[in-house]
Amino acid sequence: MLDRTILGDTWLVFSRAMLPVLRNPVAVVFGLVQPLLYLGLFGPLLGDTGWQWFVPGLLVQMVLFGTAYAGFSLMPEVRTGVMERLRVTPVSRVALLVGRVGKDVVLLVVQGLLIMLAAMLFGFRASAGDILLGLGLVALLGIAIGSASYALALKTKLEYVFASVLSSTIVPLMLLSGVLLPMSNGPKWLYWLSRVNPLAHVVDAERSIFNTGPVLLGLVSAAVLVLAGVFYGVRTFHRESA
Amino acid sequence: MIKARGLARRFTTKLGPVDAVRGVDIDVAEGELVGFLGPNGAGKSTTLRMLTTLLQPTAGEAIVAGHDLLSDPAGVRRNIGYVGQKNGAGADQRVADELALQARFYGLSKHEARRKAGDLLERFELQGMEKRAVITLSGGQQRRLDIAMGMLHDPRLLFLDEPSTALDPQSRRNLWDHIKQLKADGTTVFLTTHYLDEADFLSDRLLVIDHGSIVGEGSPDELKNSVSGDLVVLGTPQAAVVATKFPDAVVEDEKVSFRIPNGDRSLPGLLRDLDNLGVELHSVQVHRPTLDDVFLTMTGRSLREETNAGQNYLG
Repeated sequence: MLDRTILGDTWLVFSRAMLPVLRNPVAVVFGLVQPLLYLGLFGPLLGDTGWQWFVPGLLVQMVLFGTAYAGFSLMPEVRTGVMERLRVTPVSRVALLVGRVGKDVVLLVVQGLLIMLAAMLFGFRASAGDILLGLGLVALLGIAIGSASYALALKTKLEYVFASVLSSTIVPLMLLSGVLLPMSNGPKWLYWLSRVNPLAHVVDAERSIFNTGPVLLGLVSAAVLVLAGVFYGVRTFHRESA
Repeated sequence: MIKARGLARRFTTKLGPVDAVRGVDIDVAEGELVGFLGPNGAGKSTTLRMLTTLLQPTAGEAIVAGHDLLSDPAGVRRNIGYVGQKNGAGADQRVADELALQARFYGLSKHEARRKAGDLLERFELQGMEKRAVITLSGGQQRRLDIAMGMLHDPRLLFLDEPSTALDPQSRRNLWDHIKQLKADGTTVFLTTHYLDEADFLSDRLLVIDHGSIVGEGSPDELKNSVSGDLVVLGTPQAAVVATKFPDAVVEDEKVSFRIPNGDRSLPGLLRDLDNLGVELHSVQVHRPTLDDVFLTMTGRSLREETNAGQNYLG
């Protein structure tokens, strides 16, 4: 009974978040601009054989930049009375978070698919199974980063604080994940620094899916990130909701 | 419908603890329309936020709509409606979608939600707005949508936080009629306001709060009577003679003013007495005390100073 309520509530919150997107799908396209620019203007620098290596990293970068900023959409709803209105209803607090994250994950999966299809025009190769698995990993990472982003938005409350926290976290995470160039090219200390970054393992796993190599460590990293992100998110949503 | 005892909220700030609400007792009976009146910062909204589960009290207890605030906040939420100070509908959502989803959050079926949403659109004069984005509505329309969202599940108890703030006079009047209608339909209403005319017009009973404590309680008329009676102003060449009859009388040229209880009723007798004394009268005025007089007496401050903008606005 309890679970059914949480599931039902999550679906309602998800629907509420999806409706404006479905009515105005331009947002999906905007999210695609940056990755497509990287695909067209940076990808070719890596040569014909670079696509198998570059596209999986690009997917992770898209998750990072696409979802980390998701919290911004919460801020006007907190500033006006929308969040407050929702919090006085009996709706599950968990659903208020998970429903929103669900919308972001759906967008990510659609965007990820479009990027892979576009990359295939350049010479990227992937089987249907690889694509499914790759999108699964994208979704996991999206859940983790999206949850953390909403929680952080609730905590920081002010846009400029939130923005500066984001930019000072995302850029180092991205640089140390080996999205743009292999970390093994760098000096030892830099390589080891990247090994501490869970995102680097997710990038490695995403690459292994479309080539060959171990996927497990990356999956575990993503799962740990999901647990941490959702825990932080749910705790913050409960706490800020008295 | 509401029974709160010693409800208090202390905020911890960098400058030390702030007692926003210092242990208030509130009793609201079923079907009452109670106004919670006080200046900005008096603790109105903090109290309301505690009663609606939005804010945890630091002390005290309350039963709201039959459920214990502390041990069963979910039960409270199911049985109350709340319309906050700020607009509760998402700017990028369509009017009908927000209403229908709000109803579903309260557990109404899809069909029931749509039916209820349709009813309320009509009741709050929002027909034809179903497909409009919330951001395109006027301030008055958004406010009515907020109240419609607070009513979807037919709550027995509705909380309204400063319902008419930022509305133009017409929308305000229209909103008041809607609130009166809610009461007529049997809904218990608890509303905060810092507008005296609003408190006066709407409330069966008023609670006056200042500095986090309740300083007065009663119907608007009771409160006004409690002040010091009505102000009587007589125009007469013998002002000084009349003044000797009333200890607090103030003489100003050919005018004398003093306060007597129930001025409207005691005036005829008073005038006869003065006539018997041979006092010649040019004019007679009786002023009922305003809620502002009440507030001034209770708190030593005028509420009007803070709400001048609103008062002028009304003309």
